[in-house]
Amino acid sequence: MADQVYWEDIEVGSEIPPLVKEPDPQQLVKWAGASGDFYQIHYDKDFALGNNLPDIIVHGALKSAWLGQLLGDWVGEKGEIKKYGCSYRGMDIPGDKLTCKGTVTNKYEAGGEHCVECDIWLENSKREKTTLGTAVVALPLKG
Amino acid sequence: MAEDSVITEEMRSMIDVESDETVYEIEKEPIRRWADAIGDPNPLYRNEEYAKKKRYRSIIGPPAFVDQYSFPVKLGQRQARIRSPFTRKLNGGDEYEFFIPVQAGDTVTSTTKLVELLEREGRLGKMLIQIYETTYKNQNGEAVVKSRNTDISY
Repeated sequence: MADQVYWEDIEVGSEIPPLVKEPDPQQLVKWAGASGDFYQIHYDKDFALGNNLPDIIVHGALKSAWLGQLLGDWVGEKGEIKKYGCSYRGMDIPGDKLTCKGTVTNKYEAGGEHCVECDIWLENSKREKTTLGTAVVALPLKG
Repeated sequence: MAEDSVITEEMRSMIDVESDETVYEIEKEPIRRWADAIGDPNPLYRNEEYAKKKRYRSIIGPPAFVDQYSFPVKLGQRQARIRSPFTRKLNGGDEYEFFIPVQAGDTVTSTTKLVELLEREGRLGKMLIQIYETTYKNQNGEAVVKSRNTDISY
């Protein structure tokens, strides 16, 4: 696991180490089983096409979970994710290479915590941002 | 209201009406399976001995776990969800606010309410957008997560 990141190490513009995901249809089935979202657009191609979708698509909630992993890996065990959210603007198809990314947009102290705001997103292999969001985390101090 | 609006008074009457409680039992194996499905190797979500060394009672759920885990042991009788005239669905977005981690062994209860109802014309045609807010509390009555979820039907 990566070294713990500290408040003093971060400034506006700092990048969150990217997280790459290359889902296949089997992973979407695993996610369906684990989450209980059995909607057929995620594993039945005929059903997906019947819903005017281009192919089976990655569950939005799975993309949100990956962004959660992006943040969790970054803040480490001494940091804390306070909130995050995202909108699923574009479809992601299994077989594509997806990268979760983030950059720091603000840094401030509030309620005794050292908070960092970020833009987070998921981009596909064509560098299109299919999922857009923001996050607030709290980081520990070195001293 | 436009003549071809799909939003009825009955739907509007559900706004801000809180559902009855739904109950979840948080267990180790579902958390591990969830972490496996995401592909997250973090031992806090998998290894109980490791989690105990880090001040937890057992393995903890990844951030969005409790909101996305759809296997309640008890479903509240009065539900907040309205029925859309459109049968095709998409997830529009999810937002979470975190308070304390959910741990295996917890019992979590949730209540949900519809907070916004919109219609849009888009690439997929006419869409109904429903936004729900859900509050999750543990067995001590402490808030664990609050979520805001956008459901699209078309």
